[in-house]
Amino acid sequence: MHELSIAEGLVAEACRVAAQHRARRIDTVFVKAGALSGVEPPLLQRAFTVARAGTVARDARLLIELGPVEVFCPQCGAVSGAAVNRIVCQACGNWRVEIVSGEELILSRLELSEIGEEREQPCVTPADAP
Amino acid sequence: MCDTCGCTITPGNAHLVAAGGPHAHTTDGRATVDVLANLLAENDHMARHNRQKLERHGVLAVNLMSSPGSGKTSLLEATIPAVRDRLAMAVIEGDLATQNDAERIRRLGIPAVQITTGQACHLDAHMVHDALHRIDLESIDLLFIENVGNLVCPASFDLGHHLNVALLSVTEGDDKPAKYPVMFRGADLVLLTKADLLGVIDDFDTARAEAHVRSLANPAPVMPVSTRRADMLRGWLAWLDERMAARQMGLVQRPRIARDSGALAHETLAHVAHV
Repeated sequence: MHELSIAEGLVAEACRVAAQHRARRIDTVFVKAGALSGVEPPLLQRAFTVARAGTVARDARLLIELGPVEVFCPQCGAVSGAAVNRIVCQACGNWRVEIVSGEELILSRLELSEIGEEREQPCVTPADAP
Repeated sequence: MCDTCGCTITPGNAHLVAAGGPHAHTTDGRATVDVLANLLAENDHMARHNRQKLERHGVLAVNLMSSPGSGKTSLLEATIPAVRDRLAMAVIEGDLATQNDAERIRRLGIPAVQITTGQACHLDAHMVHDALHRIDLESIDLLFIENVGNLVCPASFDLGHHLNVALLSVTEGDDKPAKYPVMFRGADLVLLTKADLLGVIDDFDTARAEAHVRSLANPAPVMPVSTRRADMLRGWLAWLDERMAARQMGLVQRPRIARDSGALAHETLAHVAHV
């Protein structure tokens, strides 16, 4: 259920960027979620439909790109993939590895429209609504 | 003006939208904008603030996480009498409902703030921030934050604390770290609680539990503890003393997967890929 908190953060961040660009509409939101980010994409999708209501993202699509876990092994130098609960070097089995990717949870891109038109309040969230 | 999402044109970005700027006019009124913003930026921003506040007062904050019923409050009840002669403590308790846990702590004469989260399944940095305002940080050395009993959600939220302790009771099964990797990967210490029961629970293998933690690339100590036996609390108390000593020496302590030093700061400004 923490996906709702994350979706609210996502919508707030997207609104902030849209406002910086004077966009009145967000068409698409791209998110990169690593397998170790603790986020389940279907749950984030559902939470997003709740969090976007009443904002400039109200009609936005959410596209989630799942990032695999990758580790670097300081022992043998290999970079390999790993399962979320088996984060060890595929080449030599060492568990003292460094995570290269898989932890990310980021808003990577936005598609905006209705830009630069003179209109007040490009970004209203439910919390601001009268 | 909107304070929630900061919809203002700042001096830093005004050139983008000014006449002649890349956003002034687009042929079809569309833009694709590359952003690198952490989705938990607001939480992490507040977490950094909390951590600075704690450090200003020289307080070490330890976040206790586990499933419900694995013995977080009992651990505190056993820890408080053992260290109270050398450490001044306070406790933040997170629960969906009831003040029960805070009352158990207050009965020992230790200040406790209960956060009732309602339906929220985890504590976040904002809730902890509010709770910090109700604690006299100047008068304590050590703050325990007892998170909501849940092995999933609390792992994603930095609270501004310094160390994560994950509890796994021996009645739960030694494969919990493999089942809840995000939680156990972030632990700075794993306590196998109710370990006095190991003699009667034949399917919990402490070595296997530790192997599962190592498989998460986590070097954290994994130690059996029991609140019913003083000899089985020593390792935990020694760990706590070590961490307190590190704080007194001014060593930087961060929970294993805090995004504090990450590249994705709150202040990320988007730039335009193409218009």
